Amino acid sequence: MFIHLKNVSFTYNLHMPFETEVLKSINLVINKGEFVGIIGHTGCGKTTLLQIFNGLLEPTEGKILIDGIDIHKEKMKLKEIRKSIGLTFQYPENQLFEETIFKEVAFGPKNLGIKDDYLEKTVKKALNMVEMNYSIYKERSPFSLSGGEMRRVAIASTLAIDPEVIILDEPTASLDPQSRNSILTLIRELHCRYHKTIILVSHNMEVVAELAQRILVMEKGRIIMDGTPRKIFQDFAEKIESIGLALPQVTYIMYKLKQMGKPLNSGILTIEEAKDEILKVMKKKGGYDEIF
Amino acid sequence: MIKFDHVTHTYPSDRENETVSLSNIDLDIHKGDFIAVIGANGSGKSTFAKHLNGLVLPSKGDVIVDNYNTKDKENIWDIRKKVGIVFQNPDNQLVATTVEDDIAFGLENIGMEEHKMKKRVEWALNLVDMFDLRNSEPHLLSGGQKQKVVIAGALAMHTSYLVLDEPTSMLDPRGRKEVLNIIKKLNKEENITVIYITHFMSEAAEFNKIIVLDKGKMVLSGSPKTIFMQASVLENLSLELPQVTKLARLLSENRLDFPPNILNEEEMIEKLCLFI
Amino acid sequence: MKFFRNLTIGQYIHKDSIIHQLDPRIKLLTTMFIIISVFLIGSWLGFLIIGLYLLISIILSKVNPKYVLMGTKPLLIIIILTLLIHFFTTQGEVIYQIWFLKITREGIYRGLFIAVRLFLLIIATSWLTLTTSPIALTDGIERLLSIFKFIKIPAHEIAMMMTIALRFIPTLMEETEKIMKAQMARGADFESGNIMNRIKNMLPIIIPLFVNAFHRADELAIAMEARCYRGGEGRTHYRLLSIKRVDQIFFFISFMIILSAFILKIL
Repeated sequence: MFIHLKNVSFTYNLHMPFETEVLKSINLVINKGEFVGIIGHTGCGKTTLLQIFNGLLEPTEGKILIDGIDIHKEKMKLKEIRKSIGLTFQYPENQLFEETIFKEVAFGPKNLGIKDDYLEKTVKKALNMVEMNYSIYKERSPFSLSGGEMRRVAIASTLAIDPEVIILDEPTASLDPQSRNSILTLIRELHCRYHKTIILVSHNMEVVAELAQRILVMEKGRIIMDGTPRKIFQDFAEKIESIGLALPQVTYIMYKLKQMGKPLNSGILTIEEAKDEILKVMKKKGGYDEIF
Repeated sequence: MIKFDHVTHTYPSDRENETVSLSNIDLDIHKGDFIAVIGANGSGKSTFAKHLNGLVLPSKGDVIVDNYNTKDKENIWDIRKKVGIVFQNPDNQLVATTVEDDIAFGLENIGMEEHKMKKRVEWALNLVDMFDLRNSEPHLLSGGQKQKVVIAGALAMHTSYLVLDEPTSMLDPRGRKEVLNIIKKLNKEENITVIYITHFMSEAAEFNKIIVLDKGKMVLSGSPKTIFMQASVLENLSLELPQVTKLARLLSENRLDFPPNILNEEEMIEKLCLFI
Repeated sequence: MKFFRNLTIGQYIHKDSIIHQLDPRIKLLTTMFIIISVFLIGSWLGFLIIGLYLLISIILSKVNPKYVLMGTKPLLIIIILTLLIHFFTTQGEVIYQIWFLKITREGIYRGLFIAVRLFLLIIATSWLTLTTSPIALTDGIERLLSIFKFIKIPAHEIAMMMTIALRFIPTLMEETEKIMKAQMARGADFESGNIMNRIKNMLPIIIPLFVNAFHRADELAIAMEARCYRGGEGRTHYRLLSIKRVDQIFFFISFMIILSAFILKIL
């Protein structure tokens, strides 16, 4: 399953007094099994782009092909797309409405044609993935849960559809560190263990640097950078800073030190890498009896 | 000064049991303080915040704001003039159809004379740099701007203590910066006491004093430098240290002369320059 | 989400005109008189007078008349239906016949009369909302209603509810859109099916909306209390309303004109 955007543009309120072009000439291929991170300021078009991926929005120009098929031309039931491309919006707990958690998680699969006899299995699997015990939670009301639990139920309701591609818009927004970490672990598992294609939008650079294999940087409706995290944060560190996005803390430190002339590798993404690199240079210096 | 005197707060969680949300809190907050209160979910930090302006009353003990006890019904409105509070959801705090009218809302409530209000609102707008947007409608503002309007609304009441309960958790990085910069300015230039509730250690690092709550108790209190030395305690409380601090700890394990309690990027760069 | 970015609350269009600067209470009362008068009018002359009055008021307000006409669009169907019903169902002299439907002279007369009445009502209210900001309207309504405090009409509470409702309409509209999209992403279908199915399919939107609305109300109430809100007692108003010379003259002239419109029925 691959997603191909060809010259996609999107304008809200087309031909009306307040029309705004939010996506401009997007050319993009997302391959099966990739983990893509999308970063950019509020208003750069990220959320709109996500809705193009699963057919919720139709490009006003250009086309989107999924497995080679132009999904809007064929007038196919866009509902079919939702079986293979799952999208979890920001603050997904706002979509909860059912009487029980079982029904809530089953809503998606039910709509998309899963037969009743399979529902239990599907729901069980999804709740397990988000580390919620099926027997304890299935009859409870979604509204009786804590914020973090509601978030997990909402994510489970997308996972229950078992789509090949999972798109997540700021899945850890407003969560405390503990809940955040458990969601991030889940996302990592979805990619490594369940081999899902993941598209993740996040403001948290450190998370994106650590999890994504490929990063798309958006600004004013365009994709201005596309590459591996190392490439983006190393070669384009200055550009990232100039558009007001912040590098991960450790990357920033190495970047600044390199700017100051220190003999450091600046393509650093994680704390471990930073530690190793710094210690390496410290040892070198320790051998010489001089001030740098 | 705001004084917490042996404050405990409990509420019934079911027929037999009671949940303790705050346990024996003793604390003095002085005029001009710039404090962060951190804790994991369930640590009682939100309940703590609501005690500061009498939205919640202690089950035992007293909260005294500038000599007014929050338990005295006659004082409550005076206390709420002095102690302004900013909550997490920017949308659910704005009541009026324009920025200007929302800032005036509090002044209308306390019966301020009409001719005085205009000036006060203008003053508050300028303090948060929102004068140009005074006629804007709330739904057209960014999250950071909305929170600034809420802050201005409190300032307009001539609040001396500004309590912020996780004000940035629904904001993007830009909005977060906006809010932090404003409160720093207000503390420095207007001597407004700031009590900032958060679970982001990276934000707490920017304050003068940090108080750590766990299951309703005050477990640590001190400057960021002191608190950040207690990394293992913090981690046990499910609080996550910023990347720089984690890096500093790893480095200090290898180089004993390297300080493990680095608070931010600038400090790290400074210290590293001494070593490499 | 972006769709609602530019929609402002209400129909208000800001212009620098005499009409815009009038006290909202005066405009409210004037509009009420027009509405009452339109119902009491018995002659075409009366309609002409009111029509001219409104035309001049709109011109004075500097608002593009097309916006006023746009206000009639939603009710156009009702007007046309009314016309047709009267055309075909009034007894009298038949002038035209299609099939078994008879159009009578009296029907045409009656239909047109009522249609014009409806039309003028819509124009009058559009005029009011185009030239008066939502805040001014709620302020004006509050002041007018507070005259009835002695019969315990909760003027302040009504105004507060209106203000909060106006404030949250765009926010709630955005939220509805978000919820709808989230449910569609889970395969919900809001387009197909018969009327019963479609209503049932709305539950995944209505329930979250309600839950969120209550949650909002809760948080908002706490925020308001924290800002010393305690009902209408002792509250002052940020925006002062004062009746000026201009308001008095406008009201007098309007009153005379509107009065003459239906008195002519008697003459």
